[in-house]
Formats: sequence, C-alpha cells, structure tokens
Amino acid sequence: MVALNVLVLVCLLYVAFLFAVAFAADRAAMVGRGTWLRSPIIYTLSLSIYCTAWTFYGAVGFAARSGLEFVTIYLGPTLVMIGWWWTLRKMVRVGRSQRITSIADLISSRYGKSNALAVFVTLFAVIGLTPYIALQLQSVTLSFAIFAEADPAADAYPGEQSTAFLVAAGLAVFTIFFGTRNLDANERHHGVVMAIALEAVVKLFALLAVGVFVVWGLSGGLGETLARIDASPIARWEVPGSRWVGLTLLAGAAFICLPRMFQVMVVENENEEHLRMASWAFPAYLMLMILFVVPIAVVGLEMLPAGSNPDLFVLSLPLMNGQEGLAILSFLGGFSSATSMVIVAAIAVSTMVSNHIVMPIWLWFTGGSAVVSGDVRTVALLARRLSIVFVLFLGYIYFRLSGGGEALAAIGLISFAGMAQFLPALMGGLFWRGATRAGALTGLGLGFVIWLYCLFLPSFGPSGILPQALFDEGLFGLSWLRPRALFGAEGMDPVMHAVMWSLLLNAGSFIAVSLVSLPKPIERLQGAQFVNVFRHSATPGSWSGGLARSEDLLIMAQRIMGAAEAQAMFAKAARGQGIAGYLPEPTPDFLQTLERALSGSVGAATAHAMISQIVGRATVSVEDLMAVADETAQIMEYSSRLEAKTEEQARTARQLREANEKLTQISVQKDAFLSQVSHELRTPMTSIRAFSEILRDSDELSERERNKYASIILEEATRLTRLLDDLLDLSVLENGQVKLHAETGRLSELIERAISASGVKDRIKIRRRREAEKVTLHTDLDRLAQVFINLISNAAKYCDADEPVLTIRPQLDGDRLTVDFIDNGSGIPTDQHAVIFEKFSRVGQARAGGAGLGLAICREIMGNLGGDITYLPGQDGAGFRVSLPVPEVAVQAAQ
Amino acid sequence: MTPRRGPVFVQRRTYRRRRTADGARMLPILGAILFAIPLLWRGGGEAGQPAADLAATARTAWVMGYLFVVWLGLVVLSGVVSRFLRPEDDDPDDDPDAAAGGHGGR
Repeated sequence: MVALNVLVLVCLLYVAFLFAVAFAADRAAMVGRGTWLRSPIIYTLSLSIYCTAWTFYGAVGFAARSGLEFVTIYLGPTLVMIGWWWTLRKMVRVGRSQRITSIADLISSRYGKSNALAVFVTLFAVIGLTPYIALQLQSVTLSFAIFAEADPAADAYPGEQSTAFLVAAGLAVFTIFFGTRNLDANERHHGVVMAIALEAVVKLFALLAVGVFVVWGLSGGLGETLARIDASPIARWEVPGSRWVGLTLLAGAAFICLPRMFQVMVVENENEEHLRMASWAFPAYLMLMILFVVPIAVVGLEMLPAGSNPDLFVLSLPLMNGQEGLAILSFLGGFSSATSMVIVAAIAVSTMVSNHIVMPIWLWFTGGSAVVSGDVRTVALLARRLSIVFVLFLGYIYFRLSGGGEALAAIGLISFAGMAQFLPALMGGLFWRGATRAGALTGLGLGFVIWLYCLFLPSFGPSGILPQALFDEGLFGLSWLRPRALFGAEGMDPVMHAVMWSLLLNAGSFIAVSLVSLPKPIERLQGAQFVNVFRHSATPGSWSGGLARSEDLLIMAQRIMGAAEAQAMFAKAARGQGIAGYLPEPTPDFLQTLERALSGSVGAATAHAMISQIVGRATVSVEDLMAVADETAQIMEYSSRLEAKTEEQARTARQLREANEKLTQISVQKDAFLSQVSHELRTPMTSIRAFSEILRDSDELSERERNKYASIILEEATRLTRLLDDLLDLSVLENGQVKLHAETGRLSELIERAISASGVKDRIKIRRRREAEKVTLHTDLDRLAQVFINLISNAAKYCDADEPVLTIRPQLDGDRLTVDFIDNGSGIPTDQHAVIFEKFSRVGQARAGGAGLGLAICREIMGNLGGDITYLPGQDGAGFRVSLPVPEVAVQAAQ
Repeated sequence: MTPRRGPVFVQRRTYRRRRTADGARMLPILGAILFAIPLLWRGGGEAGQPAADLAATARTAWVMGYLFVVWLGLVVLSGVVSRFLRPEDDDPDDDPDAAAGGHGGR
C-alpha cells in the first residue's frame, strides 16, 4: 500500500515542479522569449480549467448515479465552442478593444460603465463561486482520506479539516505569487496560464490511463466492457428529456458566464485567432476527457463493495487492484483539476473585488481626489492579495459548514445555475442595442433572488438555513411560494425547477424593463460599440479637454500605472502629436487611450470616473452620436469630419501660437542677454580699470593694500574668463567639434565626485539610491560629471523649500540609463518648460548669478554623448531627467 | 432603414466566404439537433424496471457510441470550417448584427 508520506511527498514535488514551470514561463515572457507561450495550443489547454475536480471525480459519480446524464455538462460547452463565430469571437473582440478585466467589468462597461452593476455582479460571483471552491477542497480532502484509509500506518493523517485548510493556504500562496505579480490584468499571467496548461495535460493523461487500465486491465477488452455496461444498473437509456436539454443549456451558459472561464477565454487571450484552433481542439479535449467515464463507473459499481463513494471510483479502483503508481497518477490528476480551477477562479474574483469594490471605496476614503500624490498600485495589489485570501477562506468556511457530505455533482450544478444568471445581461448586451442598465439590474437581481431562494439556501438541507415549514407551506404561508414548487410547479427536478424560473424571470424582466426604460447617452454609446464591435473597432472619442490638465493627468496616471510606464506612455503620445517632452495635447484620442490603459488596472468604471474628475464631464460628440444613430450616417459623418478638421486646425493654430511665443521669448531673452553680457563684462572691466589705475598712480600704498587690489583685479579677470569660457564651450559643443574621451567608471563614483565638486553639501540635503547606482558606464565621464554638477548646484541655488532636499534616482530601463534629479522646491512653471534649455534663459529673471548658460551646455553635452536631458513634469518640485544609452555589456555587468 | 445597401451580386470569393461563415453559424444548431436525437429512442419503459427487457429499450452503450461518433464528426467539421473561415472586418455586411443595426437605434 502507498504510504501517506510518499503521497504527500509526491504531491509537494509536483507543486514545486508547477512553481518552477510558472516561474520559468513568467521569466521567459518577461525577457520577450518564448513565443510558444502564446501559441493556440496553450490557449486551448488553458480552457480546460472547465474540467475541475468535478469532472475528474464527479463525472464518474454522476454516471454511477444517473447514467449518461453527466454527458450534458460537456455537450453544452462543445456546442458553444463550435459556435464560436457567433458569440465567443464577439466577446473576445469586445474584451480586447475595451480592455475588459473581468465579466463584471464587461457587464458594467456595456451598461454605461455603471459601478453599481459591477458591484452587484462581483458579489454574485463571490457567492456563486464559494460552493465551487469548497467542492475542490472537498475533493482533494476526500482523495487524501481514501489513501489514509488504505495506509495502515496513517496515524499521522491530520484530519479532513486541516488538510482542507493546508490546501487552501497553499493555493493562496501560489495564486498570490503568480497571479498578482503585475497589476494590469491585460498584461496576462503567463506563468499561471502555463501551469494550468501543464495541469490540463496531466489530468487528461491520468484519466485516460485509469480508463485504459479499467477497460483492458480489469474488464478484459472493449467487447467485454460493453457487455458489462449492458449488465449494469445503468444499462438503460432513461434520461428525462427536460434534464437532458436543460442541463445542456445550463452547462453552455455557465461555460460563457463562469468568471474563471471568462478569465482564460477573454482576458488571457493573446490573439483572436487562437479561437480558431480552440473551436475544434477543445471539444476534442472534452470528448477524450469523458471517454472512459461510463466504463469506470460500471466497473466500479460491479467490483467495489456496495456503499463505497462513486465519486472516488477513479482512485479506489486502481488502489483496490494494487496499482499504486496508477493511483498516485490519478491522485495527481484530481489534484491538478482542483488546483488549476481554484487558482484561476481566485484570480478572476480577486480582480473583480479589488477593481469594483475595494478601489472605489479606497479612492472615496482618501478624499475622492485623483490628483493627490502617492502610488495607488501598492494599494491595488494589496487589495487583490487580500481578496484572494478572502475568497479561498470563504470556500474553506463553506466546506466546513456544509460538512462536505453532498455529492460533488449537486454542488457543481448549484454554482452553474448561479453563474448562468449573467447570461441574459451578457448576451443582451452583446447583441441587442436596446438593452439598458435598468433592465440588466432588474433581471440580474430577480434571477439572483430566485436562485438564492430556490436552490442555494435549500442546498444546506431542509433544516439548514431555511426551516422545514418553509418547504411545506411556502413563504408567509403562501403555498405558491414554496422554494421547490414555485407558482405551483410541483414534481419538477429541483435544479431544473430553479433554473427554469430564475432564467425565465431574469430574461423576461430584463427585456421588459429594457423596453420601457430610457438609457443615458453613454449607455447608448457603449451599446453601439459593443453590438457593432466589428464595425467600430476604432472607437470614436468622447472626451474634450484643455492643455492645463495634461500635467494632472500625468500625476494621476503615474499613481496607477507606475511612474515609468505612465511617462513612457505620455512621451509616446506626445511624440505621436509631434510635441517634445512628456505632456501631449489631451485630444479625445489620447484621453480614450489613457482611459483604456487605466481601466486595465482599476476597471472601466473607476477609470472613467477618475478621468472625468480631471477633464470634466465626458461630452458625447457628434461623432459618437453618429455611432448611435445610423440612419443619417452620411450627412452626419460629413459634418463631424468637418468638426474634426476644425478642431485639428484649432490645435495646429495653438501649436503655431506656442512656437511663435517661444520665438518671441527667445528674442526678448537675447536682447536681455546682450545688455546682461555688456553689464557683466563692464562691471569687472570697470573695477579692473579703476584698481589698476590706483596701483599705477599712487605710490604710498602699503604692501597689504597693494596685495588686496591686485587680488581684486585677478578675481574679476577670472570671472571674465569663466564667462568667455562658457560661451566658447557652448559654441564648440554646438558645432559638434568637441572631442570626447570615453572612459569606464561606476555611476556611484561619478555622482560622488559631482556632489563634492559642486560643494553644496551644507546647503542641500541629498538623497541617493546606492543600490541603483551600481551601474558601469562607458562614456566621457568628465563631461557627464559636468552635467551632474550643474544640475546639483542648480538645485542648491534655486530650490526654495525650507529644508531643501535633492533626490538622485538612477534607473536602468533596458539599454538606457536614466538619472532623475528631483528637488522639493516649487518647480518650474509650465510656460517656462519650453525655454529653460535655451541659451541665456533664466527662470524668474536673474534671481541668482550666472549667465543662463548652464542648462544649455548640459543639453549640448548630453546630445554629444548620445543621450538627452529633459524636464520631468509632475514631480514634487523641479525634476530633470538625464538619459543615456548604456551598452549591453555594461548592463550585464551591473546585474 | 437605409436605402443604401451593399450590391446584390458580390464576387465569387466573397460569396464563398460568407457561406462558410453561415456554415460555421449553423454548426452548433446541427450539433444540438443531433445530440437531442437519442431522446426519441426511449422506446418506453419507466426507470427502475428490471434489465430483462433491455432489448425493447435503447441501451446506454448504444447511446454512448452514437454520442461519441457525433461528437467526433462535429470536431472534424468544426476543424475544417474554421480553417476556411477568414475574418472580414472590411466587409460589415457579413455581420447580421451590423445589417440589423439600423433597427436598434431609437
């Protein structure tokens, strides 16, 4: 017999292997290798999380109890999958074009980005999924128990409760580790997907192996097996028609609506084309999965003692026949099915909980303003991690409460029936433009209540949560409100009864309320974009804004997406518009892109709310209305094109005005500089002349006085030289005649040198990141030091904070090194950003000495070194970013 | 209703493409009908009767065989159809929703 210890060891090794695979896949994806990670095969295999432990163990139990009925659970998804051209293709396209993060996000987005709807769907999903997660825990626990029973030395078996707890805790760790590594749900979890694809292979192989063993090892061949089926208690085909059709429909609906299926099918989808392969390969997978279920059930019923749990035939048959290896393999198959489901379901639900419940509440609590400083990402990640723990804990509690006594199939169907309630709102949203938010809310609410009353609460047993009297006499003593015989529908199968009434009333009220209610413009707009997604893939914009808000937008985006990504995105958008720097024009297109990007992190409803806080209310433009009203499309398109042109011309005019303003400013500065330079030259010249005259003309000067005058002359001459040097330096740099002396050195030493050379240590506090400074550079170090010195002494000179602090923040980004110099002063006003790098420009008109050449020289130096220096807006004070290419060798050496 | 519709006759290739898409849409309906056919075979007999009159009723083994054959057929058909299906975003008339879009707007 297999010792329990061996089993635990195998189990741990398997988990460690999964960890390794997930880690390797994540890493490969990070460095851009592993295109096979994004192949349609992996996608198809990842869909197999539909086959949970309910399939692995429960299908055999289901078959042993009620014959072929179990097949319906796989017929439904098969039909949905081969009908991909109808529904799935549209769902995936909508999911990708709207950056959907979960099914709650999809439904809320479609109905005008309504957060109420999202919250409702999320809560529903959490309640509906809890029994399902409990079911997985139960199956793992039961399979452990059966090994413990067989092991004579199993005193160490910790008991069912603690096994379930340990499994739940382990799964939480795995999910947190690989599921919440990155925030943007659209960045996809390569590690997790790879691990579940692997588990898909393991469980299929395990079930097939047990099947082959049963058919050819125990029964003695195919013909013999068929004879045994004919002789078994389930020999006759006697499935009630209502259950056959009803369960098929239910399974098909659940396949589309289950949050975990939505996660792998839509959110993790890399490429719409993958559906092409999945459309036939996934039905084939399902077929193979259940190929041997009936033989296993029949042989189990025949060979195992009466009263043994049919849900565990897959394990107990090999065990009884001494096939320990096979039993362990089968155990791993069941373990894989349970774990993969729980992991993906936890990711899906935690995304929903954190995006639609925790984040809105948190944002509201922190003052509701989107423009405060601080990073939201850590909060979002923490929220997701806590939600994962919460969801798994809830599953564990349900497992304890329900006592784990029910047949697996019963629990699974309850969960399916709950999730199927999303179907009317989902399909209505994708195919019917008239569907409204009020309708969706009513339908979902009614369906949920009926599901709760007729199926979920009664599932705890007659004396569980609902009292027995309620079953006999109905709510308030009204006999037509009995939970098992609603509206007098007596004698129906309880599951079919609940599914029928809940879906009928759900869909009916959804349609009826939609017909009589009037949607808001944004709902109609979203409706048009969803229903006609294949025509409106490039969606019209719905924002309008002004320039002054770009910086606010950047500040907000930095908090949510992270500074580097937000800056990269803004810079890219600015480049696309032909503007240098980090602040693009807030065109409708840009705002739309930004909203989509943000919704990947915090969900559509929150992203929309945050942007509208800054930009003001979303305006539905002519272009948008055109999408809603198709009838007079041509005329409106023409006029809206005109409008777009006008807008573009206005933007161009603004850019021209800006350029003109810049030129005028420079010209004013040049004039000012000329007078400045004459002044700067004249002052020292005057004193030099005066003192040399004194030296020449007066004879009775003491030695001390003579010395003093001479040193004044020297000092003034030095000042003159320095000014001329700077001018000369600049002209050399500008003409590209400079000679660079490339050397190799450490960034940390360079910064050290710059700080001591600038001699400002007592005037400003400098904060550094020693760890990030460990980069080896190969460039003209003296020139680079000159830039650093200039920036440091500028900060010391101009920072007007009471306790000036300068933060130096280096960062390696691929083959580019950026070094940010950020002080805590009041920064540089937006209208000055454009000119501070120009020659002779000084912020605030000659507040401190210097001819205004420093930054101009810096820019020329960086240009000569192949890098760049830019002003970094959206920081606490003035921020400058020096960026520099770093050769590949140096990057490796640094790591 | 818009008076402006696509041309009545389209190129042969476009025509083929659209009919392939129609075929893809019909597949699940075909599957549903085939999967429901065993319901017609019940041949009388309530649940719980002895297995002696097995010959008079449909047998689980038979139905199972039938289901798997249909299943395999659907897999093969779906594989063939999806190979020839090409997305045609440039051709909105392909989409029945798009064509019906005019009715939805109020």
